[in-house]
Amino acid sequence: MPTKPETALVAEARDLSVHYQLQGGALSRLLGVGARRVKAVDGVTVELRRGEVLGVVGESGSGKTTLGRALLGLAPATGGSLTYHPSRGGTQEITSLKGADLRRLRTDVQMVFQDPSAALNPSMTIEEGIGHPLVIHKIASGDELHRRVVAALERVGLSPVERFLSKYPSDLSGGQKQRAVIARAIILEPEVLVADEPVSMLDMSVRAKILQLMLDLKNDLGLTYLYITHDLASAKYFCDRVAIMYLGRIVEIGPTEEIFAHPRHPYTQALLKAIPEPDPDRMVPRDLPRGEIPDAARPPLGCSFHPRCPVATPVCGWESRDLRALLEQHWVRDADVDYEAERSVVGDLDDLDRPQRTARLAGRDVAAVRDVLDRVRAEDPDEPLWGGVRRVGEHGGRLEVEFVEGVDPPLRAAGGVQVACVRYGEDAEWPDEGS
Amino acid sequence: MRRTLTTIWHTRGLARYLLLAGVLLTAAFVVLAVFAPWIAPYDFAQNSTEAGERLPKLAPPSGTHWLGTNDQFYDIWSRVVWGARTALQVVLLSVLLSALVGVPLGLASGFTGGWLDRVLVFLMDALYSFPSLLLAIVFSFLLRSAVGGGVLAAALALTAVYIPQYFRVVRNTTVSAREATYVEAARALGARPFTIMRKYLFGNVVQSVPVIGTLNAADALGTLAALGFLGLGIQPTEAAEWGYDLSRALDDTSAGVWWPALFPGLAIILLITALTLVGEGLNETLNPALRRRRLQQVSFAPLSREGGAR
Amino acid sequence: MSAPVDPDVVLQAEDLRVWYGTERGPVRAVDEVDFTLRRGEILGLVGESGCGKSTLGRGLLGLLPEGAARDGVLRFQGRDMLGLSRREQNRLRGNELGMIFQEPLTRLNPLMRISEHFSETLRVHEKGISKDEVERRSLEALRVMGIPPTRFRAYPHEFSGGMRQRLMIALTLVLRPSFVVADEPTTALDVLVEAQIIRILHDLRDTFDTSLLLITHNLGIVAEACDRVAVMYAGKIVEIGEAAEVFRHPQHPYTRELLRSTISLSTTGLNFIEGAPPDLTTPPPGCRFHPRCPDAMAVCATREPSALDMPGGSRAACWAAAARHDLLTLDAEESAPLEREELSVADEA
Repeated sequence: MPTKPETALVAEARDLSVHYQLQGGALSRLLGVGARRVKAVDGVTVELRRGEVLGVVGESGSGKTTLGRALLGLAPATGGSLTYHPSRGGTQEITSLKGADLRRLRTDVQMVFQDPSAALNPSMTIEEGIGHPLVIHKIASGDELHRRVVAALERVGLSPVERFLSKYPSDLSGGQKQRAVIARAIILEPEVLVADEPVSMLDMSVRAKILQLMLDLKNDLGLTYLYITHDLASAKYFCDRVAIMYLGRIVEIGPTEEIFAHPRHPYTQALLKAIPEPDPDRMVPRDLPRGEIPDAARPPLGCSFHPRCPVATPVCGWESRDLRALLEQHWVRDADVDYEAERSVVGDLDDLDRPQRTARLAGRDVAAVRDVLDRVRAEDPDEPLWGGVRRVGEHGGRLEVEFVEGVDPPLRAAGGVQVACVRYGEDAEWPDEGS
Repeated sequence: MRRTLTTIWHTRGLARYLLLAGVLLTAAFVVLAVFAPWIAPYDFAQNSTEAGERLPKLAPPSGTHWLGTNDQFYDIWSRVVWGARTALQVVLLSVLLSALVGVPLGLASGFTGGWLDRVLVFLMDALYSFPSLLLAIVFSFLLRSAVGGGVLAAALALTAVYIPQYFRVVRNTTVSAREATYVEAARALGARPFTIMRKYLFGNVVQSVPVIGTLNAADALGTLAALGFLGLGIQPTEAAEWGYDLSRALDDTSAGVWWPALFPGLAIILLITALTLVGEGLNETLNPALRRRRLQQVSFAPLSREGGAR
Repeated sequence: MSAPVDPDVVLQAEDLRVWYGTERGPVRAVDEVDFTLRRGEILGLVGESGCGKSTLGRGLLGLLPEGAARDGVLRFQGRDMLGLSRREQNRLRGNELGMIFQEPLTRLNPLMRISEHFSETLRVHEKGISKDEVERRSLEALRVMGIPPTRFRAYPHEFSGGMRQRLMIALTLVLRPSFVVADEPTTALDVLVEAQIIRILHDLRDTFDTSLLLITHNLGIVAEACDRVAVMYAGKIVEIGEAAEVFRHPQHPYTRELLRSTISLSTTGLNFIEGAPPDLTTPPPGCRFHPRCPDAMAVCATREPSALDMPGGSRAACWAAAARHDLLTLDAEESAPLEREELSVADEA
């Protein structure tokens, strides 16, 4: 077999999208309106190379798990392509596989789940549960089945095997259960293993052990891993390449060393800064991104990360919702601000919730509204939002704030990695002075 | 299964006594039913001795007729014994049949979802919202022309009444179990939907079925007796039935003839109680929400007095 | 033993035991634990799951399930807590003692607005409080937690996970308790939000003068948010001291191994502790860590080590550490390496 590990592709996503239609409440379902679309994965292009560990890192709601499930055909793609290249040759388009073909794909691509206590059928013994994939695909039965189950259990270190065969999952500890889940995944001799947070629910004293087991299995069985995690520290140790996901997109991807040595995307930088380190000399950083990951059904305009970004530029896509957040932040920051008075001046903020490049404030006294905004600005003149203001003017008796047209930066090459940020890349919209 | 039995065996406290009393009482009726030909001195529709001598009418309990005789010259003890056989046959048959239909239907409906689920849920809810006796009357009318007025007809009528109960419980547990990671895992293993239902869902959703079964059995017995009482159940020529006997005996009670009504009525009450006890006992034992472990009182040992870090 | 009257000590535990009754006999979830907590201090409590961390936290507040019992001495601001009646305990909780849980959504009533949560909490504990006062206090508590006043009349489901946890903290702190137990408050949250919450907890003492027991399995959080740390293993506090000192010079082998097995950004090799914490109905004799301890000596399997002050200022219960610092001398027989049974995966956590 020719070995070209650098070039041999196992799987490849091109502009892959997985969108879900959300069902609204009872009323909206009745009226047929308000159905929302969640872009769980939104135009992701990524390659998985044979024998590597690709880490997909992100917070909950970033789409990392959906990406992993799409690789098994468990999450139906709504756009783009996702191809699988088996080592025996040929190419399979996962997005168009159906029925028996799709089920057969799962002898090649397998999955390890986050919660080992939930991933095993509680009413099957370990022997039944681990061997069931072979029964499903009619690969082995009888003595052969038993032999292969024993081999798989030994492989994952569940020995002496006799102590585990007739046990039920509830009799096992967390680490043992995860070993059993891994045994079930490798018994089909797959080529790719999607590991969805395989250690995050385990006690810290066994996490390293399970990761070590997975590394050993990879080397012994020639596996390729898609390692999904929210934990950058384990990704750093475990992965060859890392993709950082935010709100359905990859915002930075590259070799692990480069990403960790020189994180470029502000989100990556923030994640790295936020990891609590058991190091007595370090303190919790103060300049953390504010807020939380936004609603994927109503993503921010421009770059998805801009509302939280500490180094956002004028072209990042400022909009009406950011102005609301800014006002709210202003009311939180200082105890002396007269919230009731200012609130009645600016009026109802709900109009700002509709994403628009021009924010129109409801307050009727335009001069007073302008005063409030000036005060907010004076409080923190360095706030990146102000750079994005193109015009503050009056229209129809209301104050309008118009923002600069934002850009949604694509992934671009920058120093050995790819980054989706207006500050980086060949034709960066807002080149960083430092880069 | 083995674990369930162990759990039942190790139950303590009130639940254990409920269960034990219920099981013993039910077992007594089962013995009556199984050995009816040997226990009952007469056949269920026998109004004369083997010698051709007619039995007395409305004879009070005595040495020859322990529980007396009724207005049809039948020996009441024999009728009660044969009635146990009828009751258990009907109840067993109807519970088995309704579980056999309701469980797979609920499983398929809950797992597949979509329009099939909606239609089935609508249908079953409609059936469920009818009073069970009314429904049983309608079905026994419908079935009488098709299968006659015997044990089978009564069982089928009751089956139709109780299917929705199994359906609802199994369907609802399936809907929540469908979202479990191990079902997703089964899909990820490449299992077909049928395999997922059979191997991954079935074992985890049927756990409540035995409890519903025994509770339904008690309910079914009441409905059967009510049907018989109204004259719509098993025809007197087909088998002995407590409800029918009770209704016939009612007129005579005003004349002070209490025994033809008392004993069938007592049998109905006892068997319903027995089955309810078993059901409730099982529920207490198997339902983790109701199960209360018996805790041992904590008594502190003296301090070891070497202590930990301060 | 008479109580030292130190106005700065908020909480003091001596030989505190919290045992659970089970079918198999008592579980010694917290077994002879001693510590003090000073005003405004944040004490981190770490250890593997099943070591009694949560039980200790709940035991301090008297939030224990049926069949559990407490023994020993527990003084809160000089008052004996174990002697209080159930009613007195209830009155103390909320007013003086608070608890922050891991999953905030289950603690909030989905049908009640945030404002209603606050007014109910305040009215129950402070009878006769005026409406304006309720609103002022609530908005102030929300402000400190970074929740804008515009959300005051929203429902719990309208908040994100991190916001809900802030809400819970605000609801606990609005009563200005002197002592709060936070049980894994950030475990369910994302990294960035977790860091925000740690930041808030860390800043608590400046705003509220509250002492905090922060229970977590994440050593990084302790290092960043806590003044002192207590390491718990199998129902015992095996090491306690200034966080910086304990992390820099761990004295107890369990602390050391726990630190080594944590995967952090500076991890260059994978380490782990063999075996699992023991069943606390029948804990091992001697030092409870000896079956898993790489440094175990003969004495460890037979006699329980007492806690001693180490030169760095922390306190640890370990024969080897004590001998290393010449705090006691062991004879050759006692200090012989312990013949250990091989630990297999069968005993893994």
